[in-house]
Amino acid sequence: MTLQRLAVPGAILAGIIALALAPYGLKNYGISILGLWAVTTIAAIGLNLTLGYAGQVSLAQGAFVGIGAYATAILMAKGVPFGATLLLSGLLCFAIGWLLGYPALRVQHHYLAFVTLAFATLAFLVFRNEQWLTGGIYGISGIRRPVILGWNTAPERAYFHFCLIMLVLVSGFVWWIVRSPWGRAFLALRENPVRAASLGVDTRRYTLMAFAIGAGIGGVAGALYAPLVTYIDPVPFALSFSLNLLLMVIVGGGGYFFGPFVGAMIAVLLPEWLRFAQGLYLVAYAAAVMVLLVFWPSGIMGILDRLLRPADPNQGAAR
Amino acid sequence: MTAVLEVSNLSKHYGGIAAVDGVTFEVFEGEILGIIGPNGSGKSTLFNCILGQASPSAGEVKLDGKPVTGMRPCDLNRHGVGRTFQMLQVFPALSVRENLILAGQEHQGTAVGRLFGRADAGLSATVERMIEFFRLTPVADLRAGGLSFGQQKLLDCAMAFMAGPRLVLLDEPAGGVNPTMLGSLGERLRALNAEHRATFVVIEHNMEFVMSLCTRILVLAEGKIIAEGPPEQVRRDPKVIEAYLGN
Repeated sequence: MTLQRLAVPGAILAGIIALALAPYGLKNYGISILGLWAVTTIAAIGLNLTLGYAGQVSLAQGAFVGIGAYATAILMAKGVPFGATLLLSGLLCFAIGWLLGYPALRVQHHYLAFVTLAFATLAFLVFRNEQWLTGGIYGISGIRRPVILGWNTAPERAYFHFCLIMLVLVSGFVWWIVRSPWGRAFLALRENPVRAASLGVDTRRYTLMAFAIGAGIGGVAGALYAPLVTYIDPVPFALSFSLNLLLMVIVGGGGYFFGPFVGAMIAVLLPEWLRFAQGLYLVAYAAAVMVLLVFWPSGIMGILDRLLRPADPNQGAAR
Repeated sequence: MTAVLEVSNLSKHYGGIAAVDGVTFEVFEGEILGIIGPNGSGKSTLFNCILGQASPSAGEVKLDGKPVTGMRPCDLNRHGVGRTFQMLQVFPALSVRENLILAGQEHQGTAVGRLFGRADAGLSATVERMIEFFRLTPVADLRAGGLSFGQQKLLDCAMAFMAGPRLVLLDEPAGGVNPTMLGSLGERLRALNAEHRATFVVIEHNMEFVMSLCTRILVLAEGKIIAEGPPEQVRRDPKVIEAYLGN
């Protein structure tokens, strides 16, 4: 029993150590891809909270990453320290996410998807057209990597380690939320909002919180993304990025804590590993996603969950 | 006697159809009131209007003398009103224990306090008492979705009582429950009424169950109250017999 209880924390610790050591065998390009995976995973974790746990469809997560990235780039250019820009980016996206949550109080499912899609498009247009603020299609270049408490994160490896620390912190924050009564309320909101309300769950407040927290985490991901690539323009924050994040959550397993980690690995790292397959990779990827969603809609973590707990289907869910 | 719930001239129209038509009644503290009527007589619509899940077209609802018409269901719950639904409404992916914690957690402190507080919202002792009271101990750690229909009905009722409500509205609690489990359910409801002075309003089609459980019966037909009184009186009322059996 004790061994069983230690298995998951042990595996998580081993995973963190393996990730921390991974850059030592890689060149700068490989390390930057790992950094991109860490940042994308953070964004997908935010969407997983909104969509996977609380059941609110959002096609705007890419836009929040963009808002966070631009806010950080603009504020750093004005001399604001990175720590403050990280916090402000998260708070700004939290506030916008809260406002975007209001339509979710009136519409659901594909209607809500279209509302958030419209927001993502609007954000992209602001990034591209408001040249005085965002640099328009020329973007913002020369974004510096920060020095944090004397630790210079300019080298590729150091910045990856910083992103990894942030990934651990954000994961811990979300783990804490989903294990708290809030997580149970989010699940109730997703599974049966009418029954949830009859039990005193303020579905309006939890819907807004689900959007706001998810968006805030997206903003943090954006704040990390800008110094990672050191140059931002509107293209990476187009609607396709939001759709890609949605795919990561669904393929990894929506509502599963580790779903976004797996989903981001498939979307960010797999294309690099399968470069030798060239165009065939996309064909295989698309076919695999279709098969997965038809036969195992709970995603890869759903498959693993079923494989690891086949003999005890009635046990209370802890995902 | 004090009226816990007062419903005055409550109406709900869908286009030209009156699902509930000028219904007026009171529910007194410690009472078990039954509402019966043929299918489509407006019983569930009446519940939904009282509980804020549908907006009434006219009329007023008062709880302990204070108007609560149109109040959101979650706020009504916080004012001490619990309910069950016609269809089972447990959370199948959660264990019995987690369902019960969920049913009571929103009454524990503030939202921020709950975020920083314990995962069980400090409800472990209450949950254990409720599990024991509703005889769910053998299945307490199982997923609710894996329980028998009757056990899920018991859990559904237990969830409605987790927050210690003053008034509970039960929509067809006996529907689809086998006779053994039904006896257990009736016995538990009677015990809650006797030991905790819990007040009930019960919609039910099972005449034997409702007649044995309730102290007063109210009969609805085509959205209107056609009879009201003790079970024996209602059972013999010609208007009630006509509503159920026709001419």
